[in-house]
Amino acid sequence: MKQKGWKELTPGAVVTEPGSSKQFKTGSWRAFKPRWIEENCIHCLFCWVYCPDMAITVKDGKRGEFNFDYCKGCGICALECPGKKGNKAIVMEEEGN
Amino acid sequence: MPKIVAVTGNEAVAEALRQVNPDVCAAYPITPQTDIMQRFSSFAANGKVKTEMILVESEHSAMSACVGASAAGGRVITATSSQGLALMWEILWIASGDRLPIVMPLVNRALSAPINIHGDHSDGMGARDCGWIQLWSENAQEAYDNTIQAFRIAEHLDIRLPAMVCMDGFIISHSITRMEYLEDEKVKSFVGEFKTLNPLLDIEKPVSYGPLILTDYYMEYRKAHEHVMSKVPGVVKQVADEFEKMTGRKYGLFETYRLDDAEVGIVVLNSAAGTTKDVIDEYRAKGIKAGLLKPRLFRPFPYAEVGDALKHLKAVCVLDRADAFGGSFGPLFMDIASSLYIQDKKPLMFNRIYGLGGRDYMPDQAEHVLNELVETAKTGKVQSVKEYIGVRE
Amino acid sequence: MATPLSLKELSKKEDRLTSGHRMCSGCGAPTVVKMVMLATDYPVIASNATGCLEVSTCIQQFTSWNIPWIHNAFENAAATLSGVETMYRSLKKQGKIDQEIKFIAFGGDGGTYDIGLQSLSGAMERGHDMIYVCYDNGAYMNTGIQRSSATPLGADTTTCPVGSANPGKVQERKDLTRIMAAHGIPYVAQASPSNWADLMKKVRKAHEIKGPKFLNIIAPCNRGWRSKTDDAITLSRIAVDTCYWPLFEIENGVTKITYKPKEKKPLVDFLKPQGRFKHLFAPENEWLLQKAQEVVDRNWDRLLREEEFTAPKSE
Repeated sequence: MKQKGWKELTPGAVVTEPGSSKQFKTGSWRAFKPRWIEENCIHCLFCWVYCPDMAITVKDGKRGEFNFDYCKGCGICALECPGKKGNKAIVMEEEGN
Repeated sequence: MPKIVAVTGNEAVAEALRQVNPDVCAAYPITPQTDIMQRFSSFAANGKVKTEMILVESEHSAMSACVGASAAGGRVITATSSQGLALMWEILWIASGDRLPIVMPLVNRALSAPINIHGDHSDGMGARDCGWIQLWSENAQEAYDNTIQAFRIAEHLDIRLPAMVCMDGFIISHSITRMEYLEDEKVKSFVGEFKTLNPLLDIEKPVSYGPLILTDYYMEYRKAHEHVMSKVPGVVKQVADEFEKMTGRKYGLFETYRLDDAEVGIVVLNSAAGTTKDVIDEYRAKGIKAGLLKPRLFRPFPYAEVGDALKHLKAVCVLDRADAFGGSFGPLFMDIASSLYIQDKKPLMFNRIYGLGGRDYMPDQAEHVLNELVETAKTGKVQSVKEYIGVRE
Repeated sequence: MATPLSLKELSKKEDRLTSGHRMCSGCGAPTVVKMVMLATDYPVIASNATGCLEVSTCIQQFTSWNIPWIHNAFENAAATLSGVETMYRSLKKQGKIDQEIKFIAFGGDGGTYDIGLQSLSGAMERGHDMIYVCYDNGAYMNTGIQRSSATPLGADTTTCPVGSANPGKVQERKDLTRIMAAHGIPYVAQASPSNWADLMKKVRKAHEIKGPKFLNIIAPCNRGWRSKTDDAITLSRIAVDTCYWPLFEIENGVTKITYKPKEKKPLVDFLKPQGRFKHLFAPENEWLLQKAQEVVDRNWDRLLREEEFTAPKSE
């Protein structure tokens, strides 16, 4: 991105575009990557509510895929996932495998 | 018709603030300013202003609350002195960096230690580089007029910077003088409606104030701030012209007194200018061509214009009511020296420190300085560049 | 009608704190903020003390906030927000605004327990209609894990490091929640992101009460606690179950414990997974470990008695 000159700045460094950090992808930080196993998912949405990066998509109350643009691979979702009959719906795998 | 009154400087400033009728005021007591906020609180308590008061627990919170209130989108005031300004110091930079047009009377008082409640300029000088506009006032009338004009300057859409209006503690703040009040309606229409810029309270357009700016942009923001400062003198003059049309009282970036044909001159801020003018008159009567320059817009400092006004003199003494420890000279001297350095022809200069901690500045001190100036002009030699005057050995 | 407190319904709402923020992987703070924001449907304006949350959520043109937000300095999130709230009241009184807007200040424990305590105390005493949320991770994490007055007894930090002459932090934590309650404000509560429904109910209740409110919320920091990146929620749950971080509220002087663990777990369950307490398990520090448990027991016991003592008398 071309950097702005001093004449192009907003007075007082005020940021006028809300939620603009979405342009900053944090997915590259991951060392581990969560994998969603749909058949074990009970759609409790604990993963969604506990995710610090708002990286889990939900549509009409049903869990969808991870948003890997932002997921930092912390693994909270996998640890908190109750799964189905003892089988986790999220597992962590090494990134790049 | 303007109203002729006999009031103190604090009373006059409080009256100006009442007439401007801001949306929010953060108030905290400190001598000698207390009186302004006390009077203003009374206006609020009696429904004479629409202002919501924030009775904070410190000046640090006063300025912090002003930043929040101003960013929210409205007209905001507070007032302070001395230690109060020192405690605010951190947030002064944030108020200006965020480009918030807060207006703050500063009743100049010495800084501790030793603790002292009387008037000198060490408080205001300590905040001279923090990106605020500073208007300095000789007397109650000027403090009143400057307060009203400060809103127009600070809130100007090309500027959007906070402004301090300075006057001398006790000497002006607590002395009763004759002056003129404008009619409420005139003040109201002169300052006009507050115009918002990126207000936090516009929830339809959420904005973020106070981002982290690192090496790649910090310098650009500083340059932008410097550029805005450079536009201030133009706006100050424009506002002063309008003010003159309304009141007949003329203001500029600085005041000159019998300076045009002078051979020697004194540069001095605030109340001491009055005494000095009287003594200059006496010397003029004796045939000595003496004059005076009194800065009004101290920040940003109009270097070129001040240099132009002083360059024809043979000798100049700058009187500082504050010392800049370790900087060798008083703060005003350093600015005047810078103003003259860029001129081809420049007078001889010396610096005298006077009136610290409210020490009286008497006519004999002005006489002493004028005699020294005459001698310097005659011999072409500066006896001593910096001295304290009115101090016991 | 407010969105029901079910995850299914809440998940339909827009994120008020968005992705792309630069908090560490597995940080507890963004989850706390997200829950606080999800709990209400009112428009909210937030202020933020300098700290991890502030520095990671608004960098240059990248803001993670979908609501109006202001960062001023480290110690003045409360005073700053009190200014915003006062301008709101002024403009509302003048008929220039008619919307209902709520105000929330966020600060870490350094910015709240320590440097911001005066500003917070002042704002609460003045009665501004706002919620102050402290996300307590128990140290100055943003500057690199220095001790704060919220740091637990025995913890190893970079300014009270464990060494041959020092066993970690030798002082107990400051009980800020109680200090805030002593201000006599209408609502004070402690919450944990592990108990999301309890947390959101408290936020919701706080919004409906006029005047100043204070919420203290535990926010694990895997860097400072030297724990794993995935255990922020688990650790905050253990903090609650050991009664290290009891969940309670004080509403108009009435103390109510909102969650009582069926079985109070030993404090070591909370300490053991954290590297900052590793040294406490050496034989020479047994006394400190014991003392830490005693402190928790004493505080929990006092809370139980306080609940009994302040309960409204039945007719």
